[in-house]
Amino acid sequence: MSFLTLTSLQKSFGPVQVVKDFNMSIEKGEFISFLGPSGCGKTTVLRMIAGFETPSGGTITINGKSQANLRPNQRNIGMVFQAYALFPNMNVAENVAFGLKVAGRPKAEIDQRVKEMLGLIKLDHLADRYPYQMSGGQQQRVALARALAPKPQVLLLDEPLSALDAKIRVSLREEIRMIQQQLGITTVFVTHDQEEALSISDRIVVMNAGRADQIGAPADIYNRPATRFVANFVGTLNLIEAKVVDPASNRVSIGDQGVTLREPLGDVKAGDTISLALRPEAGSIAPDAKGDTALSGEVVSTNFLGSVIRTRMKVGESIISFDMFNSPGLVPPVVGETVTLRFVASDLLIIRD
Amino acid sequence: MKKFWAWGALIFGLLYFILPLIGMTNFSLKMRRGVYSLDAYAVVLGDPRFQETFTYSILMALATIVFGVVLVVPTAYWVRLKLPGLRPYIEFVTLLPLVIPAIVIVFGYIRLYNTSSWLPLTGSITGTNILLMFGYATLALPYMYRSVDTGLRAIDIATLTEAAQSLGAGWTTILAKIILPNVLVAVLSGAFLTFAIVIGEFTMAALLNRPAFGPYMQLLGANRAYEPAALAVMSFVLTWGCLGLIQLVSRFQKGAQSPA
Repeated sequence: MSFLTLTSLQKSFGPVQVVKDFNMSIEKGEFISFLGPSGCGKTTVLRMIAGFETPSGGTITINGKSQANLRPNQRNIGMVFQAYALFPNMNVAENVAFGLKVAGRPKAEIDQRVKEMLGLIKLDHLADRYPYQMSGGQQQRVALARALAPKPQVLLLDEPLSALDAKIRVSLREEIRMIQQQLGITTVFVTHDQEEALSISDRIVVMNAGRADQIGAPADIYNRPATRFVANFVGTLNLIEAKVVDPASNRVSIGDQGVTLREPLGDVKAGDTISLALRPEAGSIAPDAKGDTALSGEVVSTNFLGSVIRTRMKVGESIISFDMFNSPGLVPPVVGETVTLRFVASDLLIIRD
Repeated sequence: MKKFWAWGALIFGLLYFILPLIGMTNFSLKMRRGVYSLDAYAVVLGDPRFQETFTYSILMALATIVFGVVLVVPTAYWVRLKLPGLRPYIEFVTLLPLVIPAIVIVFGYIRLYNTSSWLPLTGSITGTNILLMFGYATLALPYMYRSVDTGLRAIDIATLTEAAQSLGAGWTTILAKIILPNVLVAVLSGAFLTFAIVIGEFTMAALLNRPAFGPYMQLLGANRAYEPAALAVMSFVLTWGCLGLIQLVSRFQKGAQSPA
C-alpha cells in the first residue's frame, strides 16, 4: 500500500476547475516532483495535501489515514515555501525550535534536535542570527531545517528555489536531495523548472491544465514523452510533421524524404499526418556520425549557446534543431549550407495527443 | 527666491505654533510675582486630586490599550487573512468615531446601559469604568485599527500563518507568537496614540462622572490662573513624549527589518 495516496482529487475556485481527477500514489521515502507551467494546478494539489485548501472532491490518505477532517496543524506535514516564511521575530534556533515547542517537547530534546538540524544544514554557527541578517539561500536552508525538525511524515516543497539566484539554486537542490535521502522522508516538490525536476526526483508528475499528463522516472519523461504537451514542456524538442506512407512497414515521409520508424504507427492509414519528436541532442551532422536514419536539409540559423551550438535546418515544412558540443576546432555550418543529420530511428518518437 | 518663500513659510509656521506655547510656559512660571518659579507646577503636583485623576486616567489608558489590542489585532488579522472583501466596510466602521461626536456616543451608552436597562453598567463604579473604557476604545479605534492594519500590511501574514500551521500551531499560538510580535511596533504606535487620547479626554469621563484627568484640567482651568497653564505644559510634554516614543519604536522597526 502506498504511503501517500491522492484519489480522484478535484478542486474548483468558483466556476474554474483547477484540479481535475488527479490520481497519484507515492511510496514512503520517494521524492516526487510536480512539474508544470504556472496555473496548471500543481501548487493547488500541494496545498490540498497540506490542508490549506479543501478538495472539491476526492480523497487524500497518508499512511492509510484519511486527511479529510484534519486541519493543517494536525497533519504533521512539513512545508517549505517559496518566500522562506521564516518568523521575523525569531532567530534561527528559535525558528527551528518552533514546531517542537508547539508540540510541547521537553527543552533538552528541543535543544538537541535544533543542534542536529542546524548541523544537517551546516548553519550551526548562525543559530543566533535573525532572518533579515541572512542571505536567501541561508534562509531557505533554515526553513528546510524548521520544516524537518518536528519529524513530519511528509515534506512539501513549494517552489523553494524560485527566489534564489542560479548558482545557489543548483547547490541547494543538491543539498535538499541529499538531506531527503539521508532522512528517507517522503517528499513532494513543486517546480516549473524542468532541470530541477529532472535532476533530483525519483519520479516526476508533469501537470497540464489540472491533470497529470504523465507520471514517470525523469529519464522516461524526457526520453519517452507521452503527450505533445510533455514533449514540448520537458526539454527542447523538435516536433516534426510527417505523412504516413505505409502503415504496415511504419514508413513515413518528412518533406520528400522517407523514414522508417521503429515504433508501430498504430491505427493510421496512408496519407494521414502524424507528429514525430526528436531531441536536438539525438542527431549529429559529423561525417563519422552513427545512425540508421538520415535527414538532409538547408541550414537556416546557427546559435552559439556556450557549451553547445544549436543549428536549425529546414526539412520539408518542418524546422529541425540539433546541437553540437562546442570545441575550439569546431566549425559550425553556415546558413544556406545543406547538411545531413544522422540519428537512430528509435529516437524518433510518435507523439499521440 | 523659491528658497526664501520656503524658509519664510517654515519660520511663520514655527512662530504660529511655538509662540503661544512659549507664552503659556512663560505664564506658568510667573506665579511668584517678579521672578520665574515652578510654584504653579508644585501646586499642581501636590494637589491630591491631580494625583488621583492622573493615576485613574493612566490606569484607564492601560486598560483601554489592552482591550484595544485584544479587539483590534485579531480582527484586523482575520479581515486581512480570510475576509479581504470586508476591509472597506471594516475601515468605514473604524472611522465612524471621527465623525460621531463623543457626546453622542456617551449619551447612547447612558441610554443603553443605564440602571433600568438589561445591562445596567452605570449602576456600579466598576461597570461605569468598563463603560468608559469601551468609550475610550471606540475613540481610539480609528488610530489603533489603522496602525495595526498598516503593520499587518508590512508582513506576509498568509504565508507566515501557513508556515506556523504546518508546524502544528493553532490560532491562539499564531496570534500570540507570530502575528502580535511582528506588528508590535504598529501596536505600540496605536497604544501611544490611545494613551494620549485617554489622558486628555473630557466629554465621556465628565458625563459618566468618573475622576479622570480631562475633567480635572477643565475644573482647574475654570477656577485658577497659573496652574492650568502649568497643567497644559505638563500635558503637552506627556503627549509629545508619546509621539517621541512612536518615532523611537518606528526607527527600531526599520532597523529590525532591514535586508541583509
